[in-house]
Amino acid sequence: MSDEPEARPVNDEPELHPGVVTRSLAWLDSRTGLGTLIRAGLRKVFPDHWSFLLGEVAVFCFIILVATGTFLTFFYVPSAATVPYQGPYQPLHGQDVSAAFDSVMALSFEVRAGLLMRQIHHWTALVFVGVIVLHICRVFFTGAFRRPRELNWIVGFTLLVLAMGAGFTGYSLPDDLLSGTGARIAYSAAISIPFIGPWLASLAFGGEFPTTALISRFYVTHILLLPAAIAALLTLHIVLLVLHKHTQYRGGPAREDNVVGRYLWPTQAFLSTGLFFLTAALLALIGGLFQINPIWLYGPFDASVVSSPAQPDWYVGWLDGALRIFPPFEPKILGIVVPAPFIPGIVIPGVLFTIVALWPFIEALLTRDHAEHHLLDRITDQPVRLASGLAILTIFAVLTIAGGNDVIAFYLGTDVESLTRALRVAVIALPILVWLTAYRFAVVARRRHRADGAADPGGADEPPADRHPGQALRRTADGGFEEAD
Amino acid sequence: MSERRTELLVAGLFGLAALAGVALLVVYALGGQTQVEGILLMVCLGGIGAGVVVWGQRLMVSKIEIEPRGEVGGSMADSATLTETIAEEAGFTRRTLLVRALGAALAGLGAAVAIPVLSLGPAPGRSLFTTSWRAGAKLAPSGGDPVTAASIPVGGVLTVFPNGDPTDPNSAALLIRLEPEHASAPGTVDGADGTFVVFSKICTHAGCPVGLYRSAQHTLICPCHQSEFDVLAAARPFSGPAARPLPALPVQAQADGTFVATGDFPEPVGPSFWDMDR
Repeated sequence: MSDEPEARPVNDEPELHPGVVTRSLAWLDSRTGLGTLIRAGLRKVFPDHWSFLLGEVAVFCFIILVATGTFLTFFYVPSAATVPYQGPYQPLHGQDVSAAFDSVMALSFEVRAGLLMRQIHHWTALVFVGVIVLHICRVFFTGAFRRPRELNWIVGFTLLVLAMGAGFTGYSLPDDLLSGTGARIAYSAAISIPFIGPWLASLAFGGEFPTTALISRFYVTHILLLPAAIAALLTLHIVLLVLHKHTQYRGGPAREDNVVGRYLWPTQAFLSTGLFFLTAALLALIGGLFQINPIWLYGPFDASVVSSPAQPDWYVGWLDGALRIFPPFEPKILGIVVPAPFIPGIVIPGVLFTIVALWPFIEALLTRDHAEHHLLDRITDQPVRLASGLAILTIFAVLTIAGGNDVIAFYLGTDVESLTRALRVAVIALPILVWLTAYRFAVVARRRHRADGAADPGGADEPPADRHPGQALRRTADGGFEEAD
Repeated sequence: MSERRTELLVAGLFGLAALAGVALLVVYALGGQTQVEGILLMVCLGGIGAGVVVWGQRLMVSKIEIEPRGEVGGSMADSATLTETIAEEAGFTRRTLLVRALGAALAGLGAAVAIPVLSLGPAPGRSLFTTSWRAGAKLAPSGGDPVTAASIPVGGVLTVFPNGDPTDPNSAALLIRLEPEHASAPGTVDGADGTFVVFSKICTHAGCPVGLYRSAQHTLICPCHQSEFDVLAAARPFSGPAARPLPALPVQAQADGTFVATGDFPEPVGPSFWDMDR
């Protein structure tokens, strides 16, 4: 086989003794024709900025989650069947637990390195969602979602939702006292959906909560459906990124019609590979040293018992917070009851997430800017965007704090009711305050920046010579300039 | 740092990673220890990571490249051509009958696909309206003998199930003994000394078990979202997000000191749903 390339001499130069790598590559190329594509790929230009690495770290977290999660599936038993606990953890000895709980106990106490893998997996899930949120913030505040990237924004947003779903279903699998509570609240929110809610909840959970089907359903969702969906959308996300080419910050030779950066090979590839190992190293350290979800302290799930305080993983906290501080409002209209969890558990998250998902289109409507943008904005360039983004983050932050209102009230030495009242005011007043402040700040900063003459929304091109200070110019789609504002 | 010294640094980092990997194997073979394993794994992965980054950033020559980029996508005319290719060549515009019939067929297929989806759970029916309490069921702790009035101390609380059978967790109820001065509180059990009340344990907000009873204040507290219920006022919610009282179980005290339900809860227990008054 190795003589095949020699049958197709590339040129007349006397390269008669190709090394083993060359011969292997030539063999592969002659069987796949991928050589040209790989050469082009290695020459892909990556703009150089640390904030572009956040998305990469999210991909690395996903890889680590799949690797550690695969290990866990070899030991985990997705069954609600009752077994007496016979393992080495004495306080639970002889107690009836589910086979799922029993297997996670075995993973934690009997499988060597099992606890390490479990803890790395759980910590990585927390970091995964966190890094996705940071990446989304970077894309949002720099305006990277604008045409032509609106669809990729929605793909990325969907990935966030899937990551949250994967985290939530995984959280419930150990079948401990804490996780069952989360599933129960999700069930209650589901039955609060108008009229079809009880049906949806029954189909999703296999009957009225708690069901024996819950664990096996969450298991299949957690280890197959959601990871497959994440992998598929991640691929689409990256394919679109390659088709669009990367956005870039202003400055230097960067313009709307070029990409300035370094080749994928070798520097960017080495940086990314190193970053993968450093991410994994940090997560290994956290997973080794910091206990997470010690289910032996919570005990097995019992539908008629609840642990206190009951706290979800951080990215679900805002949903729990909305349920906690929404007033006891359950109107009955013409014999129809609007359940208390409906507005805070379904409507508010739905509205907030819809605004985020459709933001590229909302902003294009507001600014009437439908042109392509590959140069990123400074965060103050678009005051409405900055103000709205920070206001939405403020809502999430206040609701997340509300998700721990019992614990926070305890540490503040106040009662839960007073704190809840304060949070009800804060969740409305603070976003408005933040919006107005950020808007004002951005307008002033933008004006000052333009007055300094440094601003050139068109990039680093030479602006027309007759430009007056304070007059903003915008690069049009066909490459010319027009006055903005 | 000179190139030679950088090279030595990178080699050292890789060497450290190799050592940590071997050490990890040794720790594992000796029985394993989670914290040490985590630290060694960190050193192994971190050594590789740091080495690769330093190598790439310090020892590789790369300059800033500028690549042109055009607009994404083609013109409207291109899209028109594509439309023509898709619709005209297949004859979609001419064969509207077939296109509509195919649409109907696909809708039918969609309905057919709904069948396995509907198998995923039983029709809710009346299940949300009922629990396993029946007239004649004795109040008993999970798996235990029927509880007697004498066994509950004043200010005490006990989670009870119909005949002690916890199979239906939504039937969980709280049997509470009040102080004698509250004997006239609403909803007290008939036949005893008027100090017993029995409420559903499932929170009417989001369905968590109402796990905490503060006997001094006579309040039941749900630890999930901090709803509080006034036990002296028929479990009316007075703080937190719950809007409905905990349903009271109709109970008759017996001559032998036990308690017997005279029926199921008169209203749905747990979280509300839109047609719960049906």
